[in-house]
Amino acid sequence: MLIQLNGDPHELPGPISVQALLDAKGIDGRTVAVELNRKVVRRAHYAETIIRDGAEVEIVAFVGGG
Amino acid sequence: MSDALVIADRSFTSRLVVGTGKYSTHAVMKAAHDASGTEMVTVAVRRIDLAARSESLLAWIDTSKIFLLPNTAGCYTAEDAIRTARLGREAGLSNWVKLEVLGDERTLFPDNEALLEATRVLVREGFVVLPYTNDDPIVCRKLEEAGAACVMPLGAPIGSGLGIQNPNNLLIIKEQARVPIIVDAGVGTASDAAIAMELGADGVLMNTAIAGAADPVAMATAMRHAVVAGRLAFRAGRIPRRRYATASSPTEGLVTSSGPSRS
Repeated sequence: MLIQLNGDPHELPGPISVQALLDAKGIDGRTVAVELNRKVVRRAHYAETIIRDGAEVEIVAFVGGG
Repeated sequence: MSDALVIADRSFTSRLVVGTGKYSTHAVMKAAHDASGTEMVTVAVRRIDLAARSESLLAWIDTSKIFLLPNTAGCYTAEDAIRTARLGREAGLSNWVKLEVLGDERTLFPDNEALLEATRVLVREGFVVLPYTNDDPIVCRKLEEAGAACVMPLGAPIGSGLGIQNPNNLLIIKEQARVPIIVDAGVGTASDAAIAMELGADGVLMNTAIAGAADPVAMATAMRHAVVAGRLAFRAGRIPRRRYATASSPTEGLVTSSGPSRS
């Protein structure tokens, strides 16, 4: 199944929870924020929020800035 | 007597807000923050690099002493700024946001129409909004009316180091404001920061002036002193500007060979 991840197409074997995606990518969920289809996913809901075919996912973190 | 900077429900002893961008290393950034005495720093919100994991910025900021202020830097639409603000809130530790909606790539001046719209939306969603804007008193008043907790007019374009380009406007902005005014952008060296404070600004926000200096830690120290000095001078009540001299030493009793001394 195909999703958009951080602006690029990304293949996934099937529907997956946000938590599982972060785990697969080796990302610590506490250091990022996640948006699914233009809505911010609360950290407490990472395990139960499912990413499906055609989803738009953004994973962001804090970087240096003014 | 306390002279704390109060914005929304937070109180700060330091009136110097510093950025986290453009430093050569995170270690230099941390040393500069320490030297500046800052209690609030801005951070940007960006997509993580899925291919390469880099060192976390937050490892270099003691968030028990320094408050994180996520920004919406680089956003050119209200929609992008609102999305970024919401993500910043989730990634961070508060509902505060330094709101930027830019209108032009060369000047990085704000798109005030979109900025006002984004301010209204975010205030409704419960954010504490600190918008970056021009030194335009009308826009500043509108942002305050839209619910901004603090308004942040620029001194000059971001990173330009030109200092306070329109002191008269800043005086007018501060005169009419009922929320704190922080001069954000354009500061180049210590005197610029002192001037901003002497004009009555409640604080100064800077990034490039420190990060881009040849010795960022020394400049951060200078800025700390400048903001304190400017604030003290402002509160001390300066002398008026006069066209002509008024002597500082008495005119009577002068030892002179040219007749009796004046009385």
